[in-house]
Amino acid sequence: MSATVRPTQDPLWTRLLLIGCAVGFLALFLFVPLTLVFAEAFRKGIKVYADAITESNALSAIVLTITVAAVSVPLNAVFGVAAAWAIAKFSFKGKSLLLALIDLPFAVSPVVSGLVYVLLFGAQGLFGPWLRAHQVQVIFAVPGMVLATIFVTFPFVARELIPLMQAQGNDQEYAALSLGASGWQTFRKVTLPNIKWALFYGIILCNARAMGEFGAVSVVSGHIRGETNTLPLHVEVLYNEYNSAAAFACASVLSVLGLLTLGLKTFIEWRAGLRRRKH
Amino acid sequence: MQTKRPRSILPGFGLSLGFTVAYLGLIVLFPLLMVFIKASGLGWGGFWKTLWTTRVLAACKLSFGLSLAAGLLNGVFGLLIAWVLTRYRFPGRRFLDASVDLPFAMPTAVAGIALTTLYAPNGWIGSLLKPYGIKVAFAPLGILIAMVFIGLPFVVRTLQPVLEDFEAAQEEAAASLGATRWQTFWRVVFPQLLPALITGTTLAFARAVGEYGSVVFIAGNMPGKTEILPLLIITKLEQYDYSGATALAAMMLAISFILLFAINFLQRKTLVHNRS
Repeated sequence: MSATVRPTQDPLWTRLLLIGCAVGFLALFLFVPLTLVFAEAFRKGIKVYADAITESNALSAIVLTITVAAVSVPLNAVFGVAAAWAIAKFSFKGKSLLLALIDLPFAVSPVVSGLVYVLLFGAQGLFGPWLRAHQVQVIFAVPGMVLATIFVTFPFVARELIPLMQAQGNDQEYAALSLGASGWQTFRKVTLPNIKWALFYGIILCNARAMGEFGAVSVVSGHIRGETNTLPLHVEVLYNEYNSAAAFACASVLSVLGLLTLGLKTFIEWRAGLRRRKH
Repeated sequence: MQTKRPRSILPGFGLSLGFTVAYLGLIVLFPLLMVFIKASGLGWGGFWKTLWTTRVLAACKLSFGLSLAAGLLNGVFGLLIAWVLTRYRFPGRRFLDASVDLPFAMPTAVAGIALTTLYAPNGWIGSLLKPYGIKVAFAPLGILIAMVFIGLPFVVRTLQPVLEDFEAAQEEAAASLGATRWQTFWRVVFPQLLPALITGTTLAFARAVGEYGSVVFIAGNMPGKTEILPLLIITKLEQYDYSGATALAAMMLAISFILLFAINFLQRKTLVHNRS
């Protein structure tokens, strides 16, 4: 705290002004809406809140949300590990194209992500007639919602693992193999411990999006209460029925999930020294 | 195949790459290709006839115009926030830093209803603006706010690593040559931030164009006035107008591919720039 100001330091008034602007902007855009969710949720008291989230349609929405995430997140995690293994450990032609294609789902509007499966499995879709003949329902049912969720959360794990595994190189795996470990042992005892935090990080982000996804799931869901409504869709139904307290009660459950995700994410960044990357 | 790649003795190349390509193909590429196949079934004439309607054009103008405005606003405030978070030390900085990702972590529908309730004429902020005749919810201004909300992290998170890696020596040199702080920022720092800033702004723009959940509640959804493109796709689907929805989706996909390509190009340029 010397009196001399370093030439690369901004004057105090600039610092205060800019910090003020940043805090003000974030408060207005992030903290006020977040506070509002909980304020609205508890506005009619704790009883209304408890009823709203323990009501049978809400409970089945929670169960469905967890089910959809429980199927799609592990699949994308396995894909992420496989993709990272192939891309980071080997050199082959077309690698940069493959990398770009893995990121593709992030560039697609959630609504379009849902639409593509309607075009494939809907009544008028490519496999529509076949599915109807075999009495399998994909669209407006759980399988379609799982597919749409897999699509929108597709890159999360892969994009955390690939840069990390590329940076780590192959030396440790070579050492393990030369000492007689099998390929599977090498992966489990050498690679996996090295990537566990990044894997966890990717899974957490993937899970948050899977449980919170709205647009894509909305297109392929049948919007049947108690059957094909995930929690975000249930929030929409309640909100459109002007049942604001219940809508915000369910929204607060999702907000807690979001905050938990954020907390865990920050913890892992601190614990593993992971560099933040854009999403 | 085995003779072609002797570079690595690690096992599992065939299995992991095979699974990666098959999964990618089945889940992402084939379904996306279907959109273009279906759209091409309309023919150019049919394609344009579907898109060239006042309702679609109005939705395009609204979606792209507001997304551009949101991208630019995010560019300005994202730069400011990234600068404050990397350059200054103040109490609560880490908390603020972590909270920037809130729009990613919060489900979009939650953000949507929260922003709508906040800016509705009887909401916390909406009621303050009402006496001045400013309508936010159910008006284009509300859409803009939702788009700014959802796009903010892209700019901040793209700029932060570049700002963190920025060498103080360059700024010291500028200062020792007599540049004012503002000149140093504008002439030395800013040009090097520009590629990352454009990347972040483009990412925010792309996200805003496609965003549905956080925008649809606050938009009001009046055809021709506050109807965004993703909502129009859903409306067409609900009316069983599959060809209309497909044509719109194909157009949006084409635009997002162009944006993705531009972003990749920019990021490669940024990397080369940083390495040299």
